[in-house]
This record gives sequence, C-alpha cells and structure tokens, in this order.
Amino acid sequence: MNRTRNNPLADDLVRPLFHTSVWFYGAVLVLATVVLAGAAAWGYQLWYGIGVAGINWPVFWGFYLTNFVFWIGISHAGTLISAILRLVNARWRRPVTRCAEVITVFALMIGALFPIIHLGRPWLAFWLAPYPSAREIWPNFRSPLVWDFFAINTYLTGSLMFLLLPMIPDFALVRDRSTGWRKRIYGALALGWQGTTKQWHRLEAGMQIMAIAIIPVAVSVHTIVSFDFSMATVPMWHSTIFGPYFVAGAIFSGIAALIIAMAALRKLLHLESYLHPVHFENLGKLLLLMSLLWAYFVFAERLTVWYGNEPSEMAVFWATQRGDYAPLYWTMVICNFVIPLPILALRQLRTIAGTVVASFAVLVGMWLERFLIIVPSLGHKQLPYSWSSYAPQPVEIIIMIATFAAMVLLYMLFSKFVPIISIWEMKVGNQPHPPVVTTDEDELAGLWRARP
Amino acid sequence: MAHRWGMVVDLDRCTGCEACVTACHAENNIPTVGAEEAARGRAMHWIRVERYWEGEFPEARVKFRPVLCQQCDNAPCEAVCPTYASHQTDEGLNAQVYNRCIGTRYCANACMYNVRFFNFFHPQWEKPLQLQLNPDVSLREAGVMEKCTFCVQRIKAAKSGAKAEKRELVDGALQPACAQACPAGALVFGDLNDPESRVARLAESPRGSKLLEEHGAEPKITYLQRQGWHEPDAQ
Repeated sequence: MNRTRNNPLADDLVRPLFHTSVWFYGAVLVLATVVLAGAAAWGYQLWYGIGVAGINWPVFWGFYLTNFVFWIGISHAGTLISAILRLVNARWRRPVTRCAEVITVFALMIGALFPIIHLGRPWLAFWLAPYPSAREIWPNFRSPLVWDFFAINTYLTGSLMFLLLPMIPDFALVRDRSTGWRKRIYGALALGWQGTTKQWHRLEAGMQIMAIAIIPVAVSVHTIVSFDFSMATVPMWHSTIFGPYFVAGAIFSGIAALIIAMAALRKLLHLESYLHPVHFENLGKLLLLMSLLWAYFVFAERLTVWYGNEPSEMAVFWATQRGDYAPLYWTMVICNFVIPLPILALRQLRTIAGTVVASFAVLVGMWLERFLIIVPSLGHKQLPYSWSSYAPQPVEIIIMIATFAAMVLLYMLFSKFVPIISIWEMKVGNQPHPPVVTTDEDELAGLWRARP
Repeated sequence: MAHRWGMVVDLDRCTGCEACVTACHAENNIPTVGAEEAARGRAMHWIRVERYWEGEFPEARVKFRPVLCQQCDNAPCEAVCPTYASHQTDEGLNAQVYNRCIGTRYCANACMYNVRFFNFFHPQWEKPLQLQLNPDVSLREAGVMEKCTFCVQRIKAAKSGAKAEKRELVDGALQPACAQACPAGALVFGDLNDPESRVARLAESPRGSKLLEEHGAEPKITYLQRQGWHEPDAQ
C-alpha cells in the first residue's frame, strides 16, 4: 500500500470507500426508515385500493403523476449534460460528469416507480411489455403510455451503460488497492481491466458512441412524457409546445438537482479541491439560461391560450392565473424566475451558496409546474358540470417524501462504493497531451508529478 | 349489415327525474359508494343528468342534460389505453374489458365527456342488497375502469333470442335500462344502420346536435332540442 502515497489524487478520491464516519451510518438509518415508511404506505394502498389516494372523478391523475414527471425531469441533469460537455470537450466537466450521471440513473429508477404506484392494479404493469403470451395480445402501440414504457427503458439502459463505462478503470484502481472481499467484488466489476492501449481505445470509442447516442434518447424521453398530456384533448394539455417545453423544464430542474448534489458532496466528502467555485459558476450560467428559456416557454404558452380565448382553455387559464390555483402558480413563477434570475445573473451572487439557493427554488418551482399542468386541467374539462378539485392524501405525501429520501440514500450509498469523481478522467485532465494512461500506480504517480 | 347502436336524447322531453340513473344502477350492478365518498367525487353514474341554470331566481330556468357514454366512432379513450381494455366492437360500441384494465385512468382523462368511472375500492353491497344484483352483469373489482355499455347484456340476449327464433330484431323491442325507464320517452335507442328505425329517423331531426361536436370524436348520441336556445354561461 505504501506506493499509493505517491498518488494524492487517487488517495483523496478513494478515501470515502475505505473510511466511513458514524454520521454516515446514522444518516443511512434515518433515510432508510423514511423509505420504509413509504414502502409501508404503498403496501397500505395496495391492500385497501387506490381510493386511499386523493384522486377522484374527474381528476384521475394527481401527486403520483406529478412526481413521475418531476423525477423524470431531474434525470435530465446527468446524462444529457455530461454527454454534451463531453462532446464539446469542456475541460471543467471532468469532476462533474459522474456525480451528474448517477443522478440520472437513480432519478429514473424512482420516476419509473410512480406510474406503477399510480396504477389501479399495479401487479399487471407487465402488460405494457410486448411479450409472447398465450392470449396473443400485445400492448396498444397507439398509447402514449406504451411509448413512455419504451422511452424510459431505453433511457435507463443507455444511462446505465453511459455511467458504467467510464467506471471500469476506476473499479480496476480500487481493485488494485484493496484486499479480500473488496478485491474480489471490484475485480469482478472491473471486467478484467488491465489498462492496455487497446482497452483504452475501446473505452474511448464506446464513450464517444454513447455520448452521441444518449442525447437524442434523452430529448425523446421527456418529449414522450409530455405526449402523455398533449395527445389528449384536455384543455391546456393539447398543445404543440409541450415537447420542447417539457425538455427545457427537465434540463432546468436537472441542473438544479446537480448543483445541490455537488454542493453536498463538496461539503460532506471534503472535495473542495476538486469541485471549485468555477464549476458552480458555470452550472449557474447554464441554470440562468434554462430559467430564461423556461420563462419564454411559459410566456409563449400562456399568451397563445389567452389570445385564442377558447372557453374551456380559458377556464383552466383563469383557474391558474387568478383562481384557486393562483397562489401555487405565482409561487412557481417566483421560484423559477424571480428568485433565480438576479442570483444567477449577478456575478457577486453567483457563488456556491447563491447557486444552491437558486437551485432549491427551481426544484420547488418545477415541482409546482408539473402539478399545475396536470391537476387544474383535469378539474376543468369541457363540461362545467363535472368541474372538480383535488387534495392530496397522507399516503401520497408519505410516498413522495420517501422517494426524496430514497434519492439521497441511493446517492450516499453510491458515493461509498464508487469514487464519485472519475479518477482516471481527472488524471487525463492533468495531462498536457493526449493521454497514454495506465492503471500502473508507479507510472501514474510519475505522470501526476510531471503535470504542468 | 352490422348493427350500429345509437341513441337520441330529447332535451325538450327530459324532466330531469333521474329514473334513468336509478335504472342504470340497478341493471348494471353499479355500486353506490356512500355519501362521504360521493362528496369526494367517487360516485359512479354511467348516466347522469347535468343541470344548468339560465337567468337569476325567480326568473331562473333550469335545463337538464342526460350525459352518458357517447359511444364515439372516433373515441379518444380507445387510442390511449395501453392494454386494449378500451376498444371498439364491430357494432360500434366502446367496450371496456374489465379483465384487461390495469387502471392507468388515461381513458378517463382523454374522454371530454367525463363518462368513465373508476373503482377506487372494492364494491360493497350491504346485506341483503347483494341479492338484487343482476346475474347477467359481471362485478368489477377495485382498480378498474367502467362505463356505460349500452346494456350490452341486453343486446346480446336480444340478438341470440332473435337468432334462435330465426327472425330479425324488431326496432324498439330492445332497450337499455335507461331508455326503458324514461317516463317521458326522452331516450330512444336503436340501430343507426337501419334507416327505418326510430332512432335513425330522429337523429336526422333539424333539432339534433352532438355534444362537444367540435372535438371530432363522432359520438353516436344525438341531442334534440328546440333551436334558438343558447346554453347558459355555467360559470
């Protein structure tokens, strides 16, 4: 082990895997309890029927679908941003990519749970998969829900590969530093990585292909999620703007989630020398851009509806603009635009603390946006006789809180088992020339010392 | 030629007595959910009588509009169902296959008439009310959608009866429960493909219009009302 002393970078980034504080166990315990409470709430709902949730006639979709869209939106942080930054070869991306890609995978797993939780008979969810059955019935490919099923599965598979590929050299590094069961597990995960030139070439090629392929997949996923709404002739759902509007909103909330995750990692894992203020500065600028884009989309959507003055759409429009939902609507505008805009536009405020404050506001605002898209429209469909409202019930709120706890828990556990910052990519970033990198510790240490 | 079942609702005849609603509940084993659940918006009425007011009291004028599944030719509920639980039959009925329904409730959102109902809980009948259940109609479990079937069990029985007796169906002999119960004769059911049937002739009436026709769902229910009456502003 003594030769690892020559490699401060790897030492620093691998440390969380070998040293765990008592606070970590405490936090895991608390979070796991919350997650179990959510599981119990779901069990309660399965037992008594989905009537324990607040949905009613005709607001048949409520908190569950709001959370579904929200979490799928969060998933757009990672893979998409990381892929774009890789393709444009932004040097500052190196410490950011992995913690971003992990958000995608976990947020997708959580998001994909919600359509199942919200089903009347969730044990039959597998009917969405086209498998050969004795009844010879396939899913209905005209249904946007079936498109969703395929889009989310594709995105999850792609994001998982995109996350796992660049982890291979780091697994090999951990393997070479550990003994016993750790060595066996990381050895298996490293897939026989030896750091030969051939292997590096293949990894680079694979990464390149995935980075290009994942971008259209990511864009299509949230477009298809928006199609769940825009395909139905429900007032203010049936809009051509929904595809790009949802994608922009997804990236918006995704960047916010990434900034919060990075700030937490920086503080808790003492990564101050890797995640610099400049990273928050750059992501803050991206967040500013998305905030402006979001405001533009909302303006375009609202203006066309108001100008068109179609009665059933105007019912929804006024319900959100100055009716029952107005407090939520204006909170959304404040959180997504009024708060982040000055913080992110003024350089003095675009600090780590500033971007984190803006990001929390954006997460609240974007969650409200999803709620305000779903519920007021369903409560104000064409026939005024059936107008209705919606109030969430405890089971929906508990499950929602549990998924936030699950996200934090998964993220914490991940950072315990995998170096949360890609070590080999950091090393490559420290090279003056195109890399000839190996996992040989001595050679790496030499390269590290020889950095410019 | 295949049958194409349709209905005419004469708004000038409807008195809003809701006999159709009661008859439908009895015929189709529709559970009553109790006052509390009904107040939460969980009541299930495959046919309902919508009330709209015109003017202010005492000059108020009330208008009734029975709304049931419009059995659309171009039904928005069918396309969105991921499992084909909602689909069109050869005779133009929007069928709901309970066993195939997984409860996404997307069909109910897509339906602009809000005539689809969800079983939020398992249906229950207080004893001895379970004895009055109609044996021809299956019960639905928690988590599935249900809706007006145009009393498909009656259609099936009438068709097989006619076939056994080697005769044609007689117009008017076959009625869903709502039409049969309507004391004012406001609901007329029949085969739209039979040009001589009463429903087909009434559907051609100059008083006729379709509900939310502009959405292009091509409903098979025609509403009759005197022209010149304007729908009041319901806000």
